[in-house]
Amino acid sequence: MGEASLGFLNANQAAAEGAITAGLKFFAGYPITPASDLFEYLAKKLPKYGGVVVQSEDEIAAINAIIGASWAGAKAMTATSGPGFSLMAESIGFAAMTETPIVIIQNMRAGPSTGVATATGQGEVMQSRWVSHGHYGIVVLTPFSSQEAYDLTIKAFNIAERLRVPVVVLMDYVLVHTRERVVLKKPPEVEVLERKKPTKPPGEYRPYEPDPEDLVPPMANYGEGYAVLVESMAHDERGYYAPVDDVYERLVKRLVDKIEVNRHMVVESATYHTDDAEVLFVAFGSVARSVMSVVKEARMEGKKYGLFRPISLWPMDEKGLRKAAENAEQVIVVEMNYGQLVREVERIVRDKPVHLVPLLKLDLPTPEEIVEAARRWL
Amino acid sequence: MAVIRNIHPLDRFLRPERLPHMWCPGCGIGIALSAFLRAVNELEEEGRIDSRKIVFVTGIGCTARASGYVRFDAAHTPHGRAIPYAMGVKLANPDLIPVVFSGDGDIVGIGGNHFIHAARRNMDMLVIMVNNMIYALTGGQVAPTTPEKIYTTTTPWGNPERPFNAVTLAWIAGANYVARWSVTHPELLKNSIKKALLMEGFRFIEVLSICPEVYGRHIGFRSPVELYTHLRKVVKIRGKIRPLETEYDWERGITLGEFVVRDEPGFVRRLMEVVKGGKA
Ligand SMILES: Cc1ncc(C[n+]2csc(CCOP(=O)(O)OP(=O)(O)O)c2C)c(N)n1
Ligand code: SF4
Repeated sequence: MGEASLGFLNANQAAAEGAITAGLKFFAGYPITPASDLFEYLAKKLPKYGGVVVQSEDEIAAINAIIGASWAGAKAMTATSGPGFSLMAESIGFAAMTETPIVIIQNMRAGPSTGVATATGQGEVMQSRWVSHGHYGIVVLTPFSSQEAYDLTIKAFNIAERLRVPVVVLMDYVLVHTRERVVLKKPPEVEVLERKKPTKPPGEYRPYEPDPEDLVPPMANYGEGYAVLVESMAHDERGYYAPVDDVYERLVKRLVDKIEVNRHMVVESATYHTDDAEVLFVAFGSVARSVMSVVKEARMEGKKYGLFRPISLWPMDEKGLRKAAENAEQVIVVEMNYGQLVREVERIVRDKPVHLVPLLKLDLPTPEEIVEAARRWL
Repeated sequence: MAVIRNIHPLDRFLRPERLPHMWCPGCGIGIALSAFLRAVNELEEEGRIDSRKIVFVTGIGCTARASGYVRFDAAHTPHGRAIPYAMGVKLANPDLIPVVFSGDGDIVGIGGNHFIHAARRNMDMLVIMVNNMIYALTGGQVAPTTPEKIYTTTTPWGNPERPFNAVTLAWIAGANYVARWSVTHPELLKNSIKKALLMEGFRFIEVLSICPEVYGRHIGFRSPVELYTHLRKVVKIRGKIRPLETEYDWERGITLGEFVVRDEPGFVRRLMEVVKGGKA
């Protein structure tokens, strides 16, 4: 234990390894490109770690099965792509409402609808935040390499378990088809967190009564004698349906605020030559790799370009973005959709011109294509 | 003056502080629930079950509100999703005993696909479907179990659809245990639940219930007693007949009984076997 090993993995395999390191014990999924590889990888491997992998009849079953499994005490995960993610929508809200730790790997492909199953896309920037009806909190992390797929899947479990929230790891078609070197760190080199256990005896314990510091309620598992009620309706701290103004308001606010209060656990970003950047690019996921090349080449020509890459997409590192944009004359958002992330960037960076470079392409754009598409701002 | 509390033996399985419940006077759901609680109580007294292992899972509907009144580990899941939720519970901790208790719309309507596949897999759980033949909570729309020609708010000219006979459906899909009872015969229901609770694999018990407030009132029954008395006439207990011979017809009759008792290995056992076999 504690030793790191090396792997040559794509992001699907790396995320699966991350999940195993984090202590995954239950996976349910439904085949879909480009997430099936991850499922198949786990199907072979997880039983050796005492975990269960099952193929459900659809994605709705998968998401509900992992929620049930989580309450039965297992670290639980599913993996899908856009069409399956849409099917899971209602029950992602169920997980948020009942404060159930789960991890969802979402490998974006080109949408809308069935779209192009074998091409990449970034159409779910907004959907990943607002996938289910009502107002609630959710965390979305976006790796841009196999290494980050590994690291961020572990982080996703840590956040899910500690904050009792659903966490989405938003990857894309390109990442899951790119094999690269990954350092597979094991505890104690990497931190693996567990859910908080009740400190009160059954009878006194309330499954939705938060600790005042972090707003997160300790979680009793099924079978431990607490008679916990996992309630999808608006509920008080006992889990009892309470259609009452103040109870409702307190609950919804806390579902959102607990992520704000624990922002330090979640928020993460990377910057590349941003200190003196006059042109600041913003991009995430595989596209950020091409943008990085753009910046690198520009720097060799003496042009002051920089890149801000959100790693946590929801919530985003707003301070980090503002800081990166400090010296910039303009901010250019490059994304593989028709303008989603740009809305957030505009909201955060208010005093600079923010431009959108939408790339509705099926393959990862080359650095040249990005420069070409952004030419009128450069 | 000292208050003398009447402690009912089943109170330990309930959350009395949540009473009064939301069910209408004369509703059949309470009879079905009490049959379940009595079954658990008796099994526990006989030392054959540990009630702390039960996970009581419901979907959405009048019936599904039961999860809020019982003192078990429980879940009130989205509409139709009780079965996959229960599957996750069981596979994550096979010591637990998932019981799905929900309405007919929830289980064979919106959740129909989950039902079929859980039965096919012989997934280890007991499913109790309270069939009031209508979507009650939402005010009386047609259900996949509504008999032909019956008035509902979404079939105001009479129901043109053919209803599911859930017994044949569960049997053909592969359930280990299939029975249909009625709130008119709670003792038989209780005994059936006792038996099914101790089995492995997928066990399905349908309970014909009465919804006097919506189903009954909309088709002219003026009181719960009238509807109850009518249901007593509709149901026919038959011993030793096969699922295909059962009837589900408001006019000709609805067959009650125990139709399938198999002891094929449940999913958990099958999974353990293949994983131990270790081909991968
Ligand atoms: C996804 C979704 N669609 C629709 C509803 C509205 N709805 C609530 S209960 C219900 C029908 C319940 O019927 P049944 O399962 O037969 O239960 P009963 O009320 O008759 O006990 C419907 C359609 C919902 N809650 N969720
Ligand atoms: S509407 Fe019908 S099913 Fe619902 S509680 Fe009333 S009588 Fe029972």
